[in-house]
Amino acid sequence: MLCLGSVGLVLLALTVQNGHGASDSAGWNGKDTTERNYYTRYHNMTEISDWMEKMKRENPDVVSSMVYGQTYEERNITLLKIGLRSTKRKKAIWMDCGIHAREWIAPAFCQYFVKEILQGYKTDTKVKEMMKNLDFYVTPVLNVDGYIYSWLNDSTRLWRKSRSPGPVGCTCYGTDLNRNFYANWGTVGVSTNCCEETYCGTKALSESEARAVTDMLGKMSGDILAFLTIHSYSQLILVPYGHPNISAPNYNELMEVGLGAAKAIKAVHGMDYTVGTSPDIIYPNSGSSCDYARLIGIPLSFTFELRDQGEYGFKLPEDQIQPACEEAYAGVQHIITYAHDKAFYSSAATVTTTLWTTVMTAWVFSATFL
Amino acid sequence: METGELNPNYYPARRAAAVVQHYLNTRYGSPYRWMFLGNVHNASSEDVTEGRKYQLELTIQEMISNVSGPCSAELLFPGAGTPQVQASCDWLLPNNTRAQEEAFYQQHRDSHNLVSGDRIPDSYGHMEPTMKPFWHLGGVASSFIMLEQSNQSTLYNMAQVANFTQLETEKDQLRFQYHVLLHEMVSQEIIHWKMLITWSPAEGVKVLQTDLQPKCNCEDPPDSIN
Repeated sequence: MLCLGSVGLVLLALTVQNGHGASDSAGWNGKDTTERNYYTRYHNMTEISDWMEKMKRENPDVVSSMVYGQTYEERNITLLKIGLRSTKRKKAIWMDCGIHAREWIAPAFCQYFVKEILQGYKTDTKVKEMMKNLDFYVTPVLNVDGYIYSWLNDSTRLWRKSRSPGPVGCTCYGTDLNRNFYANWGTVGVSTNCCEETYCGTKALSESEARAVTDMLGKMSGDILAFLTIHSYSQLILVPYGHPNISAPNYNELMEVGLGAAKAIKAVHGMDYTVGTSPDIIYPNSGSSCDYARLIGIPLSFTFELRDQGEYGFKLPEDQIQPACEEAYAGVQHIITYAHDKAFYSSAATVTTTLWTTVMTAWVFSATFL
Repeated sequence: METGELNPNYYPARRAAAVVQHYLNTRYGSPYRWMFLGNVHNASSEDVTEGRKYQLELTIQEMISNVSGPCSAELLFPGAGTPQVQASCDWLLPNNTRAQEEAFYQQHRDSHNLVSGDRIPDSYGHMEPTMKPFWHLGGVASSFIMLEQSNQSTLYNMAQVANFTQLETEKDQLRFQYHVLLHEMVSQEIIHWKMLITWSPAEGVKVLQTDLQPKCNCEDPPDSIN
């Protein structure tokens, strides 16, 4: 204690600081020395940004980051790209969290997911195989402005939308980012009142956050096997489309995979997650990111609504973060495994079959003509 | 709207079942008894002259004792006005929580130490253990409002007790002023209500006054955000 010196005293002071207010300035204080503690708490944007840097630093061979857009308030929208390096172009899994600011369990899950796959690939052969064949593109917080706003004080905690100002003549802020995508935009389940929570914006992609995702998806186009967007609450797995009159061409496949994910979730802690389209399960909607992903051809597009079913709602207690993430991870893993195996096993089977057919045909042909 | 058998997992059945939950809370709820909807097992609906009628078989979960049980209910959404519910849940006996309720009542009926609280739960979903019964009470009282406000296009939950203040006990009833935030799922709106409520083990929860608070479209100027 006596030999600490000034640096030691500063470190000691940081370690002794308690509560969430203190954690703004010290992303990794003494309380966070165990991973278990870190992933069972909510973290503000500064902490999440620090954590992203830490993930890159500690796993330089598998983690890199990309800034792929700016928010209205000109903050970076950053994703972590996670996968074993390859010289070949790789297939991808997309996951974004926190498109709605108040759904704090979602960014917490993205962080948990990253932690799990970074631990998993060293010990689990399946995770390692997926890390070899795929890149995971994970955006822990998409609506950065909204998330930061929801951390300001108790009166801002339940903010949902972006933080762009309303159109001329409207004093309210924010557009619902999950109604702003170019997917049947403005048709159902939206409000045209800029003060309301499902305000879809002045036009599709009026919001820079939605444009950032759209641009990234455009660049990655045919490479994305699955698109997962994480929300809360209600315990649902939603499949496209949000419009009651439009069905996804692979609805049966989406339902089968979704039900498999729900079964995997239930096996963890007994929680029921309902699977179906939005218009069937909760309400019709349009302009969602999940609809957009399916529309541009990403076959496995899902919206997850995590815990709970209304008791705490958006303010899920921190002691539920761990079990909520564990079950969500099981559900997501089911979908990712299906997507991976479909791309890498059935294709192999197809190639093998084609090869044999060619050989047989050549043999028959040569036999006939000799 | 679908008539006849409904898919119990789809929203029409779930919204109707949530209304049954609100009704049960108004009838049986207390600081130690707060009901939530579990699963819907069977549902059917039909148009009738007065509006739309639903028949439901569902599971209700009591959150404090963690006991679940079956209920059957009939519910009418009239053209306008409060839904009318009849429900029977034989296992929901009023007597189970009597001891805890009595203790709580005795603790707070003396008006010398009037209690108050705010932000229940806080931003992290946390609340002090002593605040929990007041959170339950807020949830039960909110059920009166949520029941009255419900229709086939709504799904309500209480998001938070913004604050509550205990007032002087009157006629053996504990009295409270509550400010609650309700979350309406379909519109995604947060709706503020103030209520004057009473409770005693004998009389249950009663809501004397409700006051819808205007939506505050008062934005901080952008400069105040870091």
